[in-house]
Amino acid sequence: MTPFPFSAIVGQDEMKRAMILTAIDASIGGVLVFGDRGTGKSTAVRALAALLPPIRAIRNCPVNSAKAAEVPSWANLKSKRGHVVPTPVIDLPLGATEDRVTGALDIEKALTKGEKAFQPGLLAKANRGYLYIDEVNLLEDHIVDLLLDVAQSGENVVEREGLSIRHPARFVLVGSGNPEEGELRPQLLDRFGLSVEVASPTDINERVEVIKRRDAFENDNAAFMLRWQAEDAAIRDRILKARKSLGKLKTSEKTLRDVAELCLALGSDGLRGELTLLKAARAYAAWRDDTALTRAHMRAVAAMALRHRLRRDPLDEAGSGTRVARTVEEVLG
Amino acid sequence: MDSWDQATLALQLLAIDPALGGITIRARTGPVRDALLALVDPRTKRIHPAISDEALFGGLDLSATLTSGHLVEERGLLAKPSPMILSMAERAPVRLAAHLAIALDKNIGHTLIALDEGAEPDESVDPKLAERLAFQVDLSAVSRHQISAEPPCVAGQPPTQCLALPVVPPEVTKQVTQIAAELGIDSLRAPLFALRTARAHAILQNRDTIIKDDVEIACALALAHRATRIPEPKPQEPDAPSPAEAQDKDANDTLDLPDELLLDAVRALLPNDLLDQLATQKARQGRGNGSGAARKGNRRGRPLPSRAGRLSDGARIDIIGTLRAAAPWQTIRRNATGGPGLHIRPADFRIKRFEEKSDRLLIFTVDASGSAALTRLAEAKGAVELLLAQAYARRDHVALIAFRGVGAELLLPPTRSLVQTKRRLAGLPGGGGTPLAAGMRAAFEQAEHAARRGLTPTIAILTDGRANIALDGSADRKQAGMDAQQMARVLRANGTDAIVIDTGNRPEPALRNLAQTLDAAYLPLPRADAARLSRSVATALGD
Repeated sequence: MTPFPFSAIVGQDEMKRAMILTAIDASIGGVLVFGDRGTGKSTAVRALAALLPPIRAIRNCPVNSAKAAEVPSWANLKSKRGHVVPTPVIDLPLGATEDRVTGALDIEKALTKGEKAFQPGLLAKANRGYLYIDEVNLLEDHIVDLLLDVAQSGENVVEREGLSIRHPARFVLVGSGNPEEGELRPQLLDRFGLSVEVASPTDINERVEVIKRRDAFENDNAAFMLRWQAEDAAIRDRILKARKSLGKLKTSEKTLRDVAELCLALGSDGLRGELTLLKAARAYAAWRDDTALTRAHMRAVAAMALRHRLRRDPLDEAGSGTRVARTVEEVLG
Repeated sequence: MDSWDQATLALQLLAIDPALGGITIRARTGPVRDALLALVDPRTKRIHPAISDEALFGGLDLSATLTSGHLVEERGLLAKPSPMILSMAERAPVRLAAHLAIALDKNIGHTLIALDEGAEPDESVDPKLAERLAFQVDLSAVSRHQISAEPPCVAGQPPTQCLALPVVPPEVTKQVTQIAAELGIDSLRAPLFALRTARAHAILQNRDTIIKDDVEIACALALAHRATRIPEPKPQEPDAPSPAEAQDKDANDTLDLPDELLLDAVRALLPNDLLDQLATQKARQGRGNGSGAARKGNRRGRPLPSRAGRLSDGARIDIIGTLRAAAPWQTIRRNATGGPGLHIRPADFRIKRFEEKSDRLLIFTVDASGSAALTRLAEAKGAVELLLAQAYARRDHVALIAFRGVGAELLLPPTRSLVQTKRRLAGLPGGGGTPLAAGMRAAFEQAEHAARRGLTPTIAILTDGRANIALDGSADRKQAGMDAQQMARVLRANGTDAIVIDTGNRPEPALRNLAQTLDAAYLPLPRADAARLSRSVATALGD
């Protein structure tokens, strides 16, 4: 079944914006979506997958290599012809075992043919695409550690059971969860580039519109998809255009100073905040088709780039989004 | 419509429209449930909480492959859309719930009948899974005599293709969405399920239009069980507190101080590493029953010697151990089968085992009685907040129980969410008697439940120790004290760690005794500091 069209998602502008920004510049480093159940988190992720431009990859390559030279030797591919595939979006279910995530000895081949072969895991499949973790805050700690390590190095290293394998694992991490059920370790929080909070719409008309569209999608699929196809295509073209113009964007010394001042005022740990804010603002400027980075761009993305990086005061109830907004107001005027 | 009729109707609707996801049936095993399941399509596949990933998704049947000597593939249950019955759904591990949720999300015709056999109110189907099932019916109150003699046939429903899909008028969409919002249902899946239900019901009745009846039944089946509040005809003004009440409130909260000041004050009274102290102290004591915080798993932690076992999902094979076990038999097996190479039988498998520390659950049992409220409920809250901050740093789970009046109440089931705990704590009212034993019993129940789930519970009791309500609810000071001692012995026998924090004006000997019976740490919050606290607060506030 084709996923729900991205452009048909009602409201949730911040979430949609964050996802588009990571699609423009994958190095921003993923999105974390926190919100209640049934607010369209997974719908948006799957819609994004369908929206993204397809990639060229070598046929049957376990890590979706772009060029024949990049296919790992353990894959034992006979022909290395390329074909066009949709951007991979891989689900990492809760409770997935370490073996399934990193890959492990292919027991089937080991026992039946006596071959020592590697069976690639979810990280291999997600290379050059997206890795989606629903309920990321309930993920077991040892899987989280593993993801942190791979997300940082962009490479998955398996050294066990007599195997010694390394393969590229560069993916955009998309996590979603419900903060009421548990919190995320600060180390993993920091690893997400952007973070957004979603809630069910409170306006009854908006809710009705959501239901109407979803109902039309489920029961009158063909007509509904036809109606939104063009809008999805427009977003796709705009993403592609933005990717191209990203390199030409000018960043002034003054903007860099603004970014640093903002992060300093907020007291965010490390320099990842500055880098992400800058990248997100640039991607946003490219999306808006502007030629130079301005404070307006920074204002639009500051909350999503910084709210999860503030030193958390466990006894502070107010959301950190408001803290960011206040500081942005003070620093950027 | 009673719940039996609801259940049978829901099963009929599910057969018409699999996209409804499924139904949660809460009932213990018995004739009523059996009668209901007899209506279900006999081809329905049965799954259980311990089902392996291979059985769900397909893969290599390892034991059969090794025994027969050639490749035996298993077909996964989820490969083909089909109805499934999940027995003991409340025991389903989060892994299975996540897999099933993803399968249902794909919307390719899987339906799930989740049989919830939970005995306690807090044992229920994983919310992630329940959210994706349209219906929920509780059959526990239905007796077998109520079952209608001729139940409708569920299997082999009227063909869905023959009928044109009933058109939902826009005003119905709006109405259903509005009702869902008024019932306090945040998720937008609920109104969608309701619309589908209405449509399926119209098909069941052989109609191609949706009438009021369909919508009513849809709301009853798909919305009612998700409601979080009773809709009110119109928003009412919150009653202004009468002057007398306001005065009472003042009298109760003698320390109506800004939170931060209070927090600072209590911080000075509690050792910083209280939780750590507690842990080491217990470790030193060394209990006879050997139930420590360690738990044996097979995935992570400190390695233990490997052991013979089945290669089920999640288990990691110890290759060296397996080879060592198989080595002595090689000659015999080679002679027996004549085949060259290595002969490994399922019995040779050695599974890696690890020992890991389980998560800790801190159960705060807070005295909210009149005597405590009169003195230092606010300070007790502050103490809990400080412990919460420590618990947060250690990634512990917390639960909150308050006892006042004639009983105890679980304010917050075990969670890691600090925000929620703080909110519940802030809203904790005070007043009434001190049913200490009831509070301890509630804590004990939580501790037992947590231990079953693999957590290591620790109980923190905050009270002034003047128990005056017995377990049966009677106001008998002597009996209440005996009951509390009795509960303490039960807790101790169970091996649950505990800490007793005395919030009374002066250390209460009875409470020290109780702590001794509990084999727990005893910690009085000294009054003198609180007096100094209120003085310094007065100066801080200026006038």
